[in-house]
This record gives sequence, C-alpha cells and structure tokens, in this order.
Amino acid sequence: MIRTHPLILPLLAALCVLMVLFSLGVGTYPVSLATQMRITAALLLPAPLAPDPTWTEAEWTAVVILRLPRVLLVTLAGAGLGLAGASLQGMLRNPLVGPDIVGISAGSAFGGMLAILLDFSSTGLLLSAFAGGAGALFLAWSLARLGRGGGVLPVILAGIIVAAFFTALNGLLQYVADPDSKLPAMVYWLIGSFAGSSLEDLRLAAPPLLIAGTGLVLLRWRLNLLSLGDLDAAALGVRVGGLRWLIVALVATLVASQVAVSGIVGWVGLVVPHCARMLVGADHRRLLPASALVGGVFLLAMDNLARTLTVQELPIGVLTAVVGTPVFAFLFWRSQARGWVLD
Amino acid sequence: MTDELIRFSNVGHAYTPARWVFRGYSGTVARGRVLAILGPNGCGKTTLLRLLLGLGRATEGTIERFGRVAFVPQLFQVGFDYSVLDMVLMGRAGRIGLLAQPGRADEAAARDALARFGLEDLARRPFHELSGGQRQLVILARALVAGADLLILDEPASALDLGNQVLILDWIRRLARQEGLGVVFTTHHPHHALAVADRVLPMQDGADNHDAPASEILTEARLRALYGVPLKRVAFEHEGQRHETFALVIPHSNAPDDTTGAPSPDVSPP
Repeated sequence: MIRTHPLILPLLAALCVLMVLFSLGVGTYPVSLATQMRITAALLLPAPLAPDPTWTEAEWTAVVILRLPRVLLVTLAGAGLGLAGASLQGMLRNPLVGPDIVGISAGSAFGGMLAILLDFSSTGLLLSAFAGGAGALFLAWSLARLGRGGGVLPVILAGIIVAAFFTALNGLLQYVADPDSKLPAMVYWLIGSFAGSSLEDLRLAAPPLLIAGTGLVLLRWRLNLLSLGDLDAAALGVRVGGLRWLIVALVATLVASQVAVSGIVGWVGLVVPHCARMLVGADHRRLLPASALVGGVFLLAMDNLARTLTVQELPIGVLTAVVGTPVFAFLFWRSQARGWVLD
Repeated sequence: MTDELIRFSNVGHAYTPARWVFRGYSGTVARGRVLAILGPNGCGKTTLLRLLLGLGRATEGTIERFGRVAFVPQLFQVGFDYSVLDMVLMGRAGRIGLLAQPGRADEAAARDALARFGLEDLARRPFHELSGGQRQLVILARALVAGADLLILDEPASALDLGNQVLILDWIRRLARQEGLGVVFTTHHPHHALAVADRVLPMQDGADNHDAPASEILTEARLRALYGVPLKRVAFEHEGQRHETFALVIPHSNAPDDTTGAPSPDVSPP
C-alpha cells in the first residue's frame, strides 16, 4: 500500500520556516534568541504591532543586513536545486540523474567564470551563467538527438560528454586567469559558497528562482505523464517535445540562478529528491513541493555548518559533496537492490 | 451515421526516403468490432499502431479517426512507485489543462474505471507490485477513463502467463461486445486472433494488404505464407461448445530418439 501522511507537507513547510528563523541566529556575532525573534517580528508585523526596538544597532545589522539576505538566498537556492533535481529525474525517467550530471552546472560555471575573467557586473555574471547552463543543455540535447530512436540514455550520455567538455574549458579559463587577482576569485566561486551574499544577490536571483520554481510546481502532474515514456505520454495527449523543452528551460533557469550567486553547490539536486520521495512517495504532485522544502531545509543546515564548523568559513559546495556522495552511494546500492528501470 | 471508428487506406511508411517499412495497408474498425494485426517480427506492426494513434505522419495514404483513441502499450515497468490510482488518473491527461492538477471528479472517474474491472481494492497499491494481468487491466482502465471509443493495444497478451492471457483476451472481447468499443490489437499468436478478432490484417509483403474477415485470413495456407512455417487449425469440444485453435508443428518433436536423430555436435568422427 502506498500511504503517505497528509500532514507531511505542512510539517515540512513548518520545519522550513523554523529552520529559516533558527538560521538567522547562527553566526559569530552573538544575538540572543529573544532579540532575534523580536527583530523578526518587527520585520514581519505591520508597524503598530511591531515590538519596541530594544536591540542594538549591531544586532540589527547582524540579523537583518548580514544574515537575512543570505538565509533567504540559501533557502531559495536549496528549494530550486531540489525542484530542478526532482524535475530532471522525472523527465528523464531516471532517479540517478541530477543537474550536475546532465551538464547544466558545468555550463553555468563556465559562464560564471568567463564573467569573472572579463570583469562583468553581477547581473552580467547571472546572465552569463544562465547562457552557459542553457548552452550546455542545448548542446547535450542536440547531441542526444543524434542517438537513434530517442529515449533517455542518449540524453544522459550526451550530458556527461558536455559536462566533461565544459569542465575542460573551465580548466582552460583557470589556466589563463591572472593567478594573483582573478584565479582565487574564480576558484573560490567555483567551489560554491554563500559567504558575502548580499541583498543585491537576493534581488538578482530571487525573481528567476521564484518564477521558474513556481512554473515547475504548476507542471508537477505533467511530470508523472512524462515519466511514463515518450510513446505512452504522447498517446495520452501530452505534447512531449514542447513540454520537455519547457521543463528544461525552467530547470536551467533554477540552476543557473543558483550557480550565479553561489557557485557550484553539487549533490543537492541529486540527493534531496530521493529523501523527499521516501517521505511523500513518487507522485510528482507531492514530490515537487516536498523536494523544494527538503532542499531548503537541507541547504540551510549545510550553510549553518559552513558558517560555524571552523573559524574561517567552509565552502558549502565542499560540505554538500562530503555529505551528498555517501548518501548517493547508499541510494545507488539500494536502487541496485530494487532494480530500477534505467531504460 | 456511420459506426466506423477508424479507416485507413493505402498507408505506407518510410523513415528514410524510398526505404519502405511497409506500404499499402488498408482497414476499418467499427464499434463493437475487433481487428487483429498479425505479422512476423520487424514487419512494422508497432509503427502502424503509432500511425493509427496519430503519433507521426504516414509517408503515404490516409488515416481517418471518428472517435477518441486510447493506447494500451506492451506490458511495461514504470521507473517510479506510482499507485494504481495515480496510473489510472493519467488517462485524464487530455481533459486537464497544462498547469492544472486532476480534481475530485477525475479521481472519481478513475475509481469508477477501476471498479469496472473489479480492481477498486487495489487503488492505493504500488502499480509495479501487481501481476502482469492486473497491470494490463489497470492500463485498460486508464484507457476507459480517457473516454476512448477505440482502443489500440500493442501485443496485450504477449508477456503474460496463460491464465492472464485468457483474462485479457476475455476482456478485449467483452469491451467490444458489451461496451461497444472498437479494438485494434497486434499479436504474435494466430490463436489469440481466432479467439477474439472479427477481422484480421496480415502484414506481409506482396500480399493483398486489406483487412478481411477472420475466417478468410486465419487459414492454414495464409498463415503458412505469413510465417513461413506450417500451422494446424484444430477443432475441439469443451463443455459442450465447439472451439478452434492453431497448433504449431515443431519439425523434430516426434523424432524417435536423440541417438538416432540429429548427430550430436559433441561427437566428432575419428
């Protein structure tokens, strides 16, 4: 029997909100929980209901100016990566793919590093990362179309080829970059970190993340149909080609927006949908919202660790990889035991 | 008003120019009637079904559909653990907008369709845990929930054990006779066609390519020409009713003994 508790999604949403509030209190500058709650209330409630400002200027700065944009950005990026992964896995009918594997992340990274090399503005970096991600997907798709008879395996193989190509280009960019000024910035950005996330980053990345994320959530039942396979879905009246392109564009937007503001944060898009599937089952109508919420909670937890584990902040991309790879290995072992259909 | 649900004439298909998979096939299916498509592997049965479904353009010929068509693919595995109800619900895809989700009415229709096959108790079970026959019935329920007038089935009984073959063939017959649906199905088994089909289209190069009453096509001579091996049409009585079937003739199955029959490959002359 497939039974999932109807309260799981509301509970996940509540957990995500709690995690956001908790994360506002995490950091080197000490802010008491009570003060932090009062500041949050002041932000959320209309002026007449807001508590009196008993906090210090420094506390306000730490919570609102430094932490709030970062916490919101991490939440949105995590939710976006969770959604991107769940959508890709459904669309490609393969629970072992993620944005890293089909080449989007490497393409976006190339765009971003090129932007750093050429001194683009942060908007320019976002657009460049998006162009890189979309370009990588387009290349992978064109390559996959050469595979006779279509299907999913050519898409994955083409993604691996394109990812390898962009990884090589990324190496080339690092080789030609000025080792004193550009190279450290590029490498640090590539490893993935939310350190120094500003309100400007949030303003830049939030609209595309919210729009593309909402689009995928609205398309969630269509992912059930796409996951049946091309012939069956088409026979049910789904315009397979067009729908797949739409989903690809939305996924590329999510990943590129995240990569543009925080570099490559790997493994989230691969591992989070699996955890969500354990909680709410395979039906994408519940899986997509669950993946977004689990993604937000997971990345917030990772970012909190990155901020507090050591005196100097750890890059979050390293942490997600350290946590994500063993989890993925476990999932791979489990999937082999269960015999996934990989086409 | 015509009872016809689909009519195709002189349909041919080539993936690359002038390299024909098949040419010149014609046929019709009316309400309450069953058309079986027979042919050896590689003759283009599945390609023809795709064209009949409207997925792809025939290189030549015309296909007219006069009702809603639904597809029942060959027995398949789904990569994700959907429930039986989720699977049936997908039949409503044509009625639900791109960004919309299925509602209560859709769910009620899906449960009704399951109940018609006596599967309502399985609604929350994982689809992949069902037996092959039950899975095929769930996909039939999905076709009904789409409001289909014509069902197109790709080898519906091929991957099933004997009990489930009987179950599915019986349902094909009932859906046609009692519910007035038209049915097209491909099969490798002439005796399946003999059991349920009214008309048969043999896919064979250089033969007459029009469908014909089952009694005209399902003869020993036509089937021998189609498959290149002899088949025997056998009549028998079961519980007071006369039945017919086809029996395979396996050439060496009656050889007296292994040692006097074909030389053993393990023994080489000195």
